[in-house]
Amino acid sequence: MKQEEINDRSRRDFLKTAAVATVAATACGSLACSCGGKKHEHAASGEKVKLLSPDGQMVEIDSSELRGHHHASIVSSAEARNGIPGRKFVMVIDLARCKNARKCVSACQKMHHLPIEKEWLSVKLMKDNEQSAPYWFPKTCFHCDNPPCVKVCPVNATFKRQDGLVLIDNERCIGCKFCMAACPYSTRVFNWDEPKQDVDIRDLVATPETSVPSKVGTVEKCDFCPDMVRQGLLPDCVTACPNGVFYFGDENEDTVTNGDETVSFKELIKDRSGYRYMEDLGTKPRVYYLPPKDRQFPVERGYDNLPDDMKARYKDVMEEGKK
Amino acid sequence: MQLNSFQQQALDKQRPTIEKFGRKSWAWTIFFLLWIIVGGYALYLQIADGHIVTGMRDNVVWGLYIANFIFFIGISYAGAVISGILHILKVEWRKPIIRIAEMITVISTIIGPVFILLCVGRLDRLHHLILYPRLQSPITWDVLAISTYFTGSVIFLYLATIKDFAIYRDAKLKVPKWRQKLYKILAIGYRGTPSQKKHISISMNLMAIIIIPLAIIVHSVLSWIFGMTLRPGWHSTIFGPYFVLAAIYSGTGVLIMAMWVYRKMYKLYDYIQDKHFIYLGYIMLVLGAAYGYFTFSEYLTDWFGSEKWNSEVIHKLFSFSEYGWWFLFANVAGILLPIFIVAFPKTRKPGWIALASLFMVAALWVKRYLIIVPTLESPLLPMQDIRLEYVKYSPTWVEWALTFAGIATFFLFFTLMSKFMTIIPISEFGDKEKTDEKITKPEAEVVPA
Repeated sequence: MKQEEINDRSRRDFLKTAAVATVAATACGSLACSCGGKKHEHAASGEKVKLLSPDGQMVEIDSSELRGHHHASIVSSAEARNGIPGRKFVMVIDLARCKNARKCVSACQKMHHLPIEKEWLSVKLMKDNEQSAPYWFPKTCFHCDNPPCVKVCPVNATFKRQDGLVLIDNERCIGCKFCMAACPYSTRVFNWDEPKQDVDIRDLVATPETSVPSKVGTVEKCDFCPDMVRQGLLPDCVTACPNGVFYFGDENEDTVTNGDETVSFKELIKDRSGYRYMEDLGTKPRVYYLPPKDRQFPVERGYDNLPDDMKARYKDVMEEGKK
Repeated sequence: MQLNSFQQQALDKQRPTIEKFGRKSWAWTIFFLLWIIVGGYALYLQIADGHIVTGMRDNVVWGLYIANFIFFIGISYAGAVISGILHILKVEWRKPIIRIAEMITVISTIIGPVFILLCVGRLDRLHHLILYPRLQSPITWDVLAISTYFTGSVIFLYLATIKDFAIYRDAKLKVPKWRQKLYKILAIGYRGTPSQKKHISISMNLMAIIIIPLAIIVHSVLSWIFGMTLRPGWHSTIFGPYFVLAAIYSGTGVLIMAMWVYRKMYKLYDYIQDKHFIYLGYIMLVLGAAYGYFTFSEYLTDWFGSEKWNSEVIHKLFSFSEYGWWFLFANVAGILLPIFIVAFPKTRKPGWIALASLFMVAALWVKRYLIIVPTLESPLLPMQDIRLEYVKYSPTWVEWALTFAGIATFFLFFTLMSKFMTIIPISEFGDKEKTDEKITKPEAEVVPA
């Protein structure tokens, strides 16, 4: 697969390629998306761009299909608090397919204009006990149905919508960080200083659905890209993943898709023994994991081509694994 | 107002302390102000540059500030609970020390909440707390509880001081006009008529009854900021009572220290006597034992059950390469030392008890830090972060500067208030002649070590 070659390059190249691949994947993903109601209309510019698709094909698409970033929200703040009626969004993450390609991370960062060190979506290297083999564990916000973060917010800045999403209104947030202390999954990040975003981004009107631009002194996190979902597009991480790790969809419709294939959510969970991380906390996450059984990649594959600073993160687990 | 001989004596003794603002007082005031200015500069940096100037990061989202917040609200229990309970129980020996106790309460209830504001990233949006309040949030509980408690404490202190304001008004103190006017206003026409006396007494009794449950609520909801989360070391059912007890305990300690300082500084040996230290020492001993029991019970349960996350926090507290020494200090100085000092007659002396209080109060501050930071450094998912400041919290100078500014503010307010009203309440002498004699008759004087 072409993605492996990408991984063989240096860090800088990796990032550059990731950016291009992200755009390509997003564009292609949007075409493949089946979960949305209506497809987003583009005005064709006539200008064609050559890109790499998730399955390694070179494709030519109209440049207007490219999405640079999340634009201003298409709905009002009040509507953004309410959610999309009749929907119940759900995500399934297939741990057997993840090899820490980190495309999801970079796509998310690009789309939300986040600096490289700010990860709304992170990939952890997990090792459940001494005997078990380590595996890569992409972690989004779990959009819990019983969210500890929402319970503690004193100003209703973070809230639960009828479509299951937990979002943040960063114009409302007072930055007390109580939600960060309350979240058992360390999902939330804080803007400790003035976010370094471009002027045209900073001038956008922030709504809970876009989470752009970042605001100093407020909390932010993975939002499942509801503005894209409204347009019938998949979240950035889903489309960016070269291995189809992320399935996103609607529990009410009982369909989830990773961009390549669309499957029944219930059957996927049933057949592959889907589980929710730390079920015993009672937070009722909306993110399900498929256990890392019959893995497509050895775990080291996600490690060897990483830059050194990234490798250092996983050192403890990796070195223990080698013993 | 007509003063009896005991009251006259008390007034004459303390007249210079509120009439003169001597060179020493100026020196201290300037010293404290300097600290506050440094803190002000640190605050300016924090507001201008963001919380990046603190040591707090995404894992350890709270640090010194929250520890200070718990600490200051904790010591405010000196007035609320100690003086409130002693008032209800009609303990006569409390009278010379209630003013100090209630001043501690009011001042620390002003400073405490400032520290939680320092944790807030967007101070410009504080009004959202009132515009969009959510009753589910323990922070909303805190806002309601602390503001009510503060109001109650101010009323309690004021009620207990009205008679004294009337005395200052009539005593022809050599103080500036504005202060004489202020005394007159604050005395709200008190002349000591039987009806006025009765009303104040009823109000005082009511406030004493109200202030105790209020104080208990305040520290309970404060502990629930932590207890309501699903974090190891926090998610504990005894956190409410544990915090309340620790608060009363540390309040007693600060009260003893303040008594020792003022008795020495103003030579108030006739009023703040050895027995006051010994009685409060006994209270401290009982509270210390109870606090020790809670501590033991809390950590034994976590350690014995040894769930994964709890074990991780316990390990950090027990291992000497992490927080072991601090944990040891918190328990030795915070539990054992005061108990032994008070238990042995040889050390049951004002100086020793005050010294034990000093260590105990410091140990309780450390304990608050140990409740906050190790838990936040132990997230449920592996951090896998190589940025050291994200993995391990260490306070920056900004946080220390603001911490010391907070302490300096405490001392400054204390200095100013003790120049405005007498440390020993004058009017308390003579309402009941019989008990008076007991209070004012100096016992065998022992100059503290």
